Amino acid sequence: MSSGFKLTVKPICMLAAMLLSTSAFAHQFSQGDIKIGHPWSRVTPSAAPVAGAYLTVTNSGSQPDRLTGGSTPIADRIEVHQMTMDDGIARMRPLPDGIEIAAGASVELAPGGIHLMLIKPNQQLIEGSSFKATLEFARAGTVEIEFVVQRNPTVETGSGNEHGGHTP
Amino acid sequence: MSGLRAFRLTVWAAIVVLGMFVIVSTQLSGGSPTGETSTGTAKVGGPFSLVSHTGERVDNQSLVGRPYLVFFGFTYCPDICPTTLFELTDLMTELGPVADGFEVLFITVDPERDTQEALASYMTSFDSRILALRGTAAETDAALKAFSAYAKKVPLEAGEYTMDHTAGVFLMKSDGSFGGMMDMHEPRETRLEKLRRIARDQVTGS
Repeated sequence: MSSGFKLTVKPICMLAAMLLSTSAFAHQFSQGDIKIGHPWSRVTPSAAPVAGAYLTVTNSGSQPDRLTGGSTPIADRIEVHQMTMDDGIARMRPLPDGIEIAAGASVELAPGGIHLMLIKPNQQLIEGSSFKATLEFARAGTVEIEFVVQRNPTVETGSGNEHGGHTP
Repeated sequence: MSGLRAFRLTVWAAIVVLGMFVIVSTQLSGGSPTGETSTGTAKVGGPFSLVSHTGERVDNQSLVGRPYLVFFGFTYCPDICPTTLFELTDLMTELGPVADGFEVLFITVDPERDTQEALASYMTSFDSRILALRGTAAETDAALKAFSAYAKKVPLEAGEYTMDHTAGVFLMKSDGSFGGMMDMHEPRETRLEKLRRIARDQVTGS
């Protein structure tokens, strides 16, 4: 009796540990056909008027969707912006219509390209902290997520999410 | 005898030619007020005068004898500017006292919003050896011109605006001449080596 119980407890504990660690590392959120992979935000300098935030969006549905922006309790609003670098000159533009995620496609928002911009954060973003946010999609509606604050991007080996030929 | 004489003449001629070469090259490298480079790149290095976030005036004259790094940015820049500052902080931490051998200047292209007070608060997050500099619109334009750098105000909706700007880091030698660019996408070891080299410049003078 008791030995049988012990035998089942151990795998359950292992499973629970695996689930916990998976959520800690993979850190993803979903709503319907939309999956948000590893939302993170860069640490900000003291009194920074803006902050950059990054994530991967996967649309497993059969219709295209569009990420248009969002909100968070820690800033005025979240906008979709694009940074381009041409001939040594950095240019940043808001994308008021957001960014399209084609059916079955995955889009990476990363430093040096398309990113989310937190306008007027009301607190400094400290490494290791996290904050909640709501993303707005044209079709899927709102998706509740939580950003983790990192100093540098997570280094991944062999990215399967790359899409659309970024140049480093 | 005549062989020895010919040899002496050749040696003297060589000394004279060498001496002239040294004089001319010294004048070229030290005497050029604009610090033009011979690489054919745009003219980098010229007069500028700005005020640091700690309230001191910094100009190209006060920097003579010290190698320095310059890059342009603004605090309403969420991506490349803070990233460059954090990365420079990391590189300077790794270099330790070697990084005392050069100055690091972050020149705001947005003096309208980047007040001295705002910059002072912003800079508390980075290596304390990095100076944020700002000037009037005219002083900012002069600083951009001194580095052949580019900045442009771009209006956005609701009366807001952003700035397009040159994003690379300029490496300046102790004589005020241009020592090349540092790209934050270069391998870390390459960037460290460029900084070590610019730090050594004050010793070797080359």
